[in-house]
Amino acid sequence: MNDFWNDVEPLVYKSRIKVPYSWQAGETASFFLTQLRDKKIIWGKACPECRKVLVPPRKSCPFCFVDTEKWIQLSSRGIIETFTIVKRDTPVQPLKAPFAYAVIRLDGADTGFVHLLGGVDLEKIQEGMAVEAVFSEDRKGSLLDIAYFKPTGGA
Amino acid sequence: MERVAIVGVGQTKHSAGRREVNYPELVYEAVSLALADAGLNIDDIDNVITTSNDFWDGRTIASMATGDVSGGVGKNISCVEGDGTFGAFYGLTRILSGSYGTTLVTAYSKGSESISPLITNAAFDPIYMRCLGLDMVTAGALQARRYMKRYGISEEECALVSVKNHGHALDNPHAHLAMKITVDDVMNSREVAAPMKLYDISPVSDGACCIILANEERSKKAANKPVWVKGVSFCADAYLLGDRDLSESRALEKAAQGAYKMAGIQNPREEIDVAEIYDAFTYQELLWTEGLGLCDRGQGGKLVAGGATAREGDIPVNPSGGLLGAHPVIAAGLIRMAEAVLQIRGQAGERQISRKVRQALAHGVNGICGQSHCVWVLGSE
Repeated sequence: MNDFWNDVEPLVYKSRIKVPYSWQAGETASFFLTQLRDKKIIWGKACPECRKVLVPPRKSCPFCFVDTEKWIQLSSRGIIETFTIVKRDTPVQPLKAPFAYAVIRLDGADTGFVHLLGGVDLEKIQEGMAVEAVFSEDRKGSLLDIAYFKPTGGA
Repeated sequence: MERVAIVGVGQTKHSAGRREVNYPELVYEAVSLALADAGLNIDDIDNVITTSNDFWDGRTIASMATGDVSGGVGKNISCVEGDGTFGAFYGLTRILSGSYGTTLVTAYSKGSESISPLITNAAFDPIYMRCLGLDMVTAGALQARRYMKRYGISEEECALVSVKNHGHALDNPHAHLAMKITVDDVMNSREVAAPMKLYDISPVSDGACCIILANEERSKKAANKPVWVKGVSFCADAYLLGDRDLSESRALEKAAQGAYKMAGIQNPREEIDVAEIYDAFTYQELLWTEGLGLCDRGQGGKLVAGGATAREGDIPVNPSGGLLGAHPVIAAGLIRMAEAVLQIRGQAGERQISRKVRQALAHGVNGICGQSHCVWVLGSE
């Protein structure tokens, strides 16, 4: 194989596929996200069968395969179920490393809410820590209208 | 279930970047090796299943690009998006339908040609999660922490998986990352996303694998003794990470139960002679050994620490080196099947386990944090 390269130059073709999308968020996600943007309220949606309050809210329950019904206003407070401290950068991470992701159980919800942690000493993060949402000043109807969750007791 | 066997296997030498072949040429290598192994030629193949992913390939309708090199021209060729174990499942069902006597299944990716975190980030829901910038590794770290915290599994116990599998890979001529390392080497390796460090994480490899399935009648023509499909099942969990308990693997438990029931296995720890499972990260080998019933829930750390899963142990896991030894995405699960076949045939060379292998288990995963699992039980009879 090495002899081959004596006669042939190895070419590498660099390219990228940039394909724009315009996804409709749908009525369920649109309500959730506009409420984050306009009211700084986090809403969940309850399944009439299993009674789970799903957040982020879904139009149907993935466990029961029925339409969800009631909108439930949730607290912007919760507790950390698990977390990780990211030590390397990628082109799509919203923050520079080191920073933390967490799965947060919001008060009133039955599913975990995945988001960022902030305003906290990374070495001090623990499961069970009480946190609350800090909303961005500049909100656009996106999950990141919540900038991050910070400990309620103070870092 | 009608008897169906794997009669041919082929895999490339998995590596950091194969310069002299593009990805269809990589697939052609694996297909040629599998046909030679089976002692069959391409005309013996009735239909083709490719396992591929458009994002990894950088081409939509990716399956159609590798039809030419898989004997697909003039034949029924279809694609499964996901891990090779799922592609093999579809290949099996095509034979069981009665319409085809043989199926050739390929699975491949050239991870060197793209940026993994960009691709795996795209698997996340675009409205609710993608903007967080999560990828397969950082999501895995969330699961690792949850699982380890719940059961008191230590980073050192996870490190033992890395030591074991990278060491096993030294005897595997197909492996990408074979190294003799210690627990300290793993603990001192660069932190990537706590609790995972560099050596807890499988490499991104270029590689392809091919297996040939045949019904009982057509197996008679093959060069090797057929390896029979005794049981197979797969099961998926909910999509959003927050909808699942990341410290458990209910989807794997269900898939394993389904496969064991078909195979008539009641005590997998006793009745499985060797297992090739999907260790994308060290914690996953521990969590999946629990889900597969090779030990009780929460006991994965103790299982590896006691030496049972080493090649000389009583339930060898990943004698090939697993994904930690070589991880071409998509192909990884099919490679587990190929390795299980070689173990049953007694053809695994230096990585062959010493006990006679009557039944082997092969396992693959599709989706973030093990959303879905496919479990195969293969046997010599």
